[in-house]
Amino acid sequence: MVAGGPFKIEPLEQFILHRVPLLGVVNFTQANLYMVIGAALVLALLYYGAKPAALVPGRLQAAAEMSYDFAYRMCIDQIGQEGKRYFPFVFTLFFFVLMGNMLGLIPFTFTYTSHIAITGALAIMVIVVVTGVALAEHGWHFFSYFFPPGAPKLLAPLIVPIEIISYLSRPVSLSIRLFANMVAGHVMFAVFATFVVMLGSAGGILLIGAAGPLALNVVLMGFELLVAALQAYVFAILTCIYLHDAVHLH
Amino acid sequence: MSGNSSEPDQSFEKRLRDARGRQGLDAPDASAPTADNSAMGAGLRVGVELVSALAVATAIGWGLDRWLHTLPLFLIVFVLLGGAAGVLNVWRQMMPRPGR
Repeated sequence: MVAGGPFKIEPLEQFILHRVPLLGVVNFTQANLYMVIGAALVLALLYYGAKPAALVPGRLQAAAEMSYDFAYRMCIDQIGQEGKRYFPFVFTLFFFVLMGNMLGLIPFTFTYTSHIAITGALAIMVIVVVTGVALAEHGWHFFSYFFPPGAPKLLAPLIVPIEIISYLSRPVSLSIRLFANMVAGHVMFAVFATFVVMLGSAGGILLIGAAGPLALNVVLMGFELLVAALQAYVFAILTCIYLHDAVHLH
Repeated sequence: MSGNSSEPDQSFEKRLRDARGRQGLDAPDASAPTADNSAMGAGLRVGVELVSALAVATAIGWGLDRWLHTLPLFLIVFVLLGGAAGVLNVWRQMMPRPGR
């Protein structure tokens, strides 16, 4: 928020990209910076969590082992035994998105998952990988995916375009879901935070009223923690479901 | 001594499982694809599915028209197909998936 002058509600200002003077030549913005931080945090968790290799794990090791186990079990449950092969992909995706959502909840940070460019790129990567897996597993037989077995042949001109559109809409809905959830949460934060400042600066009896939106923001923070974890989970589990479809077709 | 060593092992495994279950450490069965069952979450999900299918279909229809210079034809056809695909997406998400 820019101070000075009459206070305006500018909830979208937080999503503006600024260049970080870290690498002068490239257009290195704070989104890139937080992506690097997020990836580094995941790597650090795994490295320092695995380092003690104790039989009875400490807190850090327990966190690392549980996160590994969580993603591993998600792969097995959703894809089946073949899911082990895609575990590194799903793990990376889940924790990259989770870090983006969680880092953004710390005040004065930036949520890189609130940009459609980033969620869109992730979703396109997912769909390209899934299609590549399906083509590698089934070859040309993959295209039978667009015509469910047992459907009357007469309906093919209707079913095939619908199935193709449904398939192509996956990356769109995958990216919009994550991006919209993150933007909505952060806009709400900004709006209520602005209310606090506006009521607070009005003074007098309104100062007491400022406690309302402040309390709301505290509650919202708890809710957003849930949403952050949940949306990362949804992103990863939908990737698993798509991989399941790719491995097993129908 | 070695003969009855499997007995306490089994009871230990059982107690461990029970304790983990009580503490909610074992993840609940992840057969439901998405975890949030709140009405708001469900509504948002359905909306996103419908709109994204329609957007993709509209883009395809418009692109085909632009390419073949038949402007309203494919746009109309694909908007209808996109609506159907959106409903299909919602159906797939809400219905339990067969074979699992």
